Amino acid sequence: MTTSFKDRNLIAVIGDEDSITGLLLAGIGHVTDNGKKNFLVVDSKTQIQTIEVTFQEFTERKDIAILLVNQHIAEKIRPTVDKYQQAFPALLEIPSKDHPYDPSKDSILKRVQKLFGE
Amino acid sequence: MSGTGPRENVFATRMALTNTKLRLKGAQTGHSLLAKKRDALTTRFRAILRKVDEAKRKMGRVMQLASFSMAEVTYATGDIAYLVQEQAKQATFRVKAKQENVSGVVLPAFEVDRTAGSDFNLTGLGRGGQQIMKAKEVYAKAIETLVELASLQTAFTILDEVIRATNRRVNAIEHVIMPRLENTIKYIMSELDEMDREEFFRLKKVQGKKKRDTAIREAEKQVQIDNEAVEALQIAAEAEKSSEVATDLLSGKDEDIIF
Repeated sequence: MTTSFKDRNLIAVIGDEDSITGLLLAGIGHVTDNGKKNFLVVDSKTQIQTIEVTFQEFTERKDIAILLVNQHIAEKIRPTVDKYQQAFPALLEIPSKDHPYDPSKDSILKRVQKLFGE
Repeated sequence: MSGTGPRENVFATRMALTNTKLRLKGAQTGHSLLAKKRDALTTRFRAILRKVDEAKRKMGRVMQLASFSMAEVTYATGDIAYLVQEQAKQATFRVKAKQENVSGVVLPAFEVDRTAGSDFNLTGLGRGGQQIMKAKEVYAKAIETLVELASLQTAFTILDEVIRATNRRVNAIEHVIMPRLENTIKYIMSELDEMDREEFFRLKKVQGKKKRDTAIREAEKQVQIDNEAVEALQIAAEAEKSSEVATDLLSGKDEDIIF
C-alpha cells in the first residue's frame, strides 16, 4: 500500500500466443533497456516453473501497474495466485480464446462471492 | 468490584483517576470516530464490490469479442504472433495512476494513457491490414475495460485491507482498551473509598483516644482538686481545734492570773 504507484504505468501479460498478440497490437508491449519484456508467451511446452518465476518477477517489478494473466494459466499456478494479496500490481485474470471465462475460479471473484454470501 | 479483569498498573491516586477518566473519554471518542470510518468504508466497499462483479462479467464478453477479431486477423494474414512480439519495444498503451481519497484511505484509480505510436504500421501491409487495424482498436477497447476493472479491483483489495485493520482497531478499543480503563477507574475508586474509610476510622480512633485521655486527665484533676479540698478541710479543722484550745485558755482558770 505504501509503495508509490505513481511510476507504475505498464501493463504486463502472461498469456497464450493469441492473447499476447492482440494485447501487443494494442500497444502494451515494452522492453526495458536491459532487454526485459513485460510479457510471457505460454504454450503447452512452457514449464510451470517458468510461469511461477515470471509471475514473481512481474509482481516484484516496480513499474508494472496491472498484471494480466490468462485464466487457464493462472489455474496452473493457482496456489501462488491465490496467495497473492498485494494491491500493486493489480492482478487480473482474463479469459483466453480457447478457455471461456469462469467467474467461479477467479481468486478475486471468489472473495467477492464470499463477502456477498455472508 | 476491583481486581476483576485486567487493569492498568497505576497507583490509586486522584490524579491517576483523572488521567484514566480522560483516557477513557479519549478512547470513546476514538471508538466512535473509527466506527464511523468503518461504516463509510463499508458503504464504499459494497458499491465497489457490485461494480467489480459487473465489470468482471463485462470483461468476459469484451475479451471474447477481442479474441474473435484476433481470429479474423489470423485468418486474413496468417500468423503474425512472432512478428508482433519481436516488434514490441516501447509501450504506447500505458496507464496513469490517480489518487482518490475515501475517509483518509488513498485509493488509486488507473487511467488509460495512450500515445500515438507507429508500432506495427507495417504489419499486415501485404494483406489483412484492415483486420489488423480493427483488432488493434478492439483490443485497445478491451484493455480500457481491463484497466477500469483493475482500478476497481485494486480499490477492492486496499479497502478490504483497510476495513479489516479498522475493524481490528474498533474491536480492540471496544473489547480490550475500554474495559481495561473502566476496570482501572473502578479499582482506583474502590481503593480511594477504602482509603477514605480507613482515614475516617483512624480519625475516630484518634478522637476516641483523645477523649479517653482527656477524661483520665479530668478525673485526675478532679481527684487532685478533691484531695486539695480534703486537705484544706483538714487544715481548717486543725485550725479550728487550735482556736478552741485558745478559747479554752480564756475560759479556764489560770493560777498565774492573779485577778
